Amino acid sequence: MIYREAGQFKTTYAADQAIFPIPQDRVVVVALVVLAFVLPPLAASEYWLQAILIPFLVYALAALGLNLLTGYAGQLSLGTGGFMAVGAYSAFKLTTALPGLNIVAVFFLAGLLTAGVGLLFGLPSLRIKGFYLAVATLAAQFFLLWLFNKVPWFVGYASSGTITAPARAILGVQVTGPAATAQARYVVALAIAAGLALFAKNLVRGRVGRAWMAIRDRDIAAEIIGIRPLETKLLAFGISSFYCGVAGAELVFLFLGSAETLAFDVNQSFLVLFMIIIGGLGSVLGSFLGAAFIVLVPILLTNVPRWLGLGLPVALQKQIELMVFGGLILFFLIVEPRGLARLWQLTKEKLRLWPFPH
Amino acid sequence: MELARAALIGPFADMVANPRFLVEVLIGGVAAGLMYSLVALGFVLIFKASGVFNFAQGVMVLFAALTLVGLMERGAPVWLALLLTMAVMVALAFAIERVVLRPLVNQPPIILFMATIGLSFFLEGFGEMLWGANVKRLDIGIPDTSFAVRGVLVNRLELTAAITAAVLVTVLAVFFQRTRIGRALRAVADDHAAALSIGVPLKTIWVVVWSVSGLVAIVAGIMWGAKSGVQFSLALIALKALPVLILGGFTSVPGAVAGGLVIGVGEKLGEVYWGPLVGGAIENWFAYVLALVALLVRPQGLFGERIIERV
Repeated sequence: MIYREAGQFKTTYAADQAIFPIPQDRVVVVALVVLAFVLPPLAASEYWLQAILIPFLVYALAALGLNLLTGYAGQLSLGTGGFMAVGAYSAFKLTTALPGLNIVAVFFLAGLLTAGVGLLFGLPSLRIKGFYLAVATLAAQFFLLWLFNKVPWFVGYASSGTITAPARAILGVQVTGPAATAQARYVVALAIAAGLALFAKNLVRGRVGRAWMAIRDRDIAAEIIGIRPLETKLLAFGISSFYCGVAGAELVFLFLGSAETLAFDVNQSFLVLFMIIIGGLGSVLGSFLGAAFIVLVPILLTNVPRWLGLGLPVALQKQIELMVFGGLILFFLIVEPRGLARLWQLTKEKLRLWPFPH
Repeated sequence: MELARAALIGPFADMVANPRFLVEVLIGGVAAGLMYSLVALGFVLIFKASGVFNFAQGVMVLFAALTLVGLMERGAPVWLALLLTMAVMVALAFAIERVVLRPLVNQPPIILFMATIGLSFFLEGFGEMLWGANVKRLDIGIPDTSFAVRGVLVNRLELTAAITAAVLVTVLAVFFQRTRIGRALRAVADDHAAALSIGVPLKTIWVVVWSVSGLVAIVAGIMWGAKSGVQFSLALIALKALPVLILGGFTSVPGAVAGGLVIGVGEKLGEVYWGPLVGGAIENWFAYVLALVALLVRPQGLFGERIIERV
């Protein structure tokens, strides 16, 4: 960065192993988080909160979950949409069955249920690897959505087949349902995302994360140095599904308001996978950057022609959007296959020395 | 008890009670399976020669069919449209090699996989922009009607598709085993570096292999297009071909056909005899579960190369 860390000597192991070893970084990050809590609810318009910031936070959480599994533990999964659906539907069932339960607690319970389902579908990972596993996780995706579509119990016997977020309040403030303001929903989403991101960051730099990375890099070698593949892989599936489940519950309760299974189809899985690849595999920051990119690009693509004053037909614009989106993905993969997080890291290294070349 | 009876005994009793219907279901399954194989073949070719898991194969099928129909709508005779479509697919292979594959050489497989997903978005937008997004009919002169052989109904179109698939597989097998370039393809599939060192031009091979799978995509596009019209949903048959692929093994051409047959027959039997028990529409996931169960027994698919791992 523009500041120097010269003269800062680490004298304890704790100081050396801190998430942000440099005090300036720590101050900046804390300031940013505080700013994120205070500024948007006061300054941002309803449109910004509803169309950009809330989906960004929800998808960042899902991307974080998938990144734990794919980026850290090396198990490619295409079942993210299915797991998000489990989170959403179980949150719906929980909060309709127990209306008194705090909605955040409902999200966490839904996450735990999803973790259970994730463990179940993680079992084949002990036997099959790589793309074979990716295709096997598609089984979870299609089976789960079919189940939610077929069994009316999951939607509370609603004839429309949709689940709708009922009105729930925290400390007297409506956070879900039609009466909830975008500000309230944003703050809840941000609090959950910040808390879970901190948890993930601590997880991946501890024993669990190191075991995951060992499995990712060379599973047989990891086994030989004493890492149990069974527990490690299943733990990755469980925790990843927990994150995806919470994200799925948030998607319905904080963002969409109501949804059917179509909201969780296989494109959702690919979208989240895009986020972690564009953002950077094996990076917590990357999950957020990737989510921001994937949420922002379609919005930009729809708005740019309007700003330029081009009156394109809807169908043509949709097709151009697809092309530009695909092209951008190819472009980013070619320019930096390790993602936005890597670009940020390189920028930081450069800035550290700036204005000197070495 | 009632449920167990309905699940374990009922369907078999039905099968025995009406063997003619069973045969029809089986034939339908075989035909559907061969159609899946047509798509899976394109995957296998590319995976074998370049180790790229080409998710864009489904969209390539759509793109080929769209181009063919688009040209025919503009008044081109069938043979000319077909030739032009072939030229387009070969040009596409050149473009993909130059723009996508060459800059990404030596990247991990997942990056290449993502690149093909990006490619599929691009191609879908491009194809629909060129030729329009509305559903088109593709008439290849074979009516989608059935005739009876000893009282068993056989669909003409499905029969044609089955014969086409069989011919295609034979041609590909000969191409791989007997020709010079086929041998080079197998060498590349075996070991990139070793093939390079004995002078196999990797770039040419990739263009060839993407072209061949582009041509396979045309055949698949014609068959699927004649069956269900040329529309966006053609791109989704890639998802249908995936369980076929893992069942047969990513690297085996015969595996793609065998996998297609198993999935096709299994899916039809499951849908017709067991589907009503759980409310129907199970064909979306049944193939995947079937493939998953097979994978638990043989992790590299039925015909895939054995995965040998060392530390």
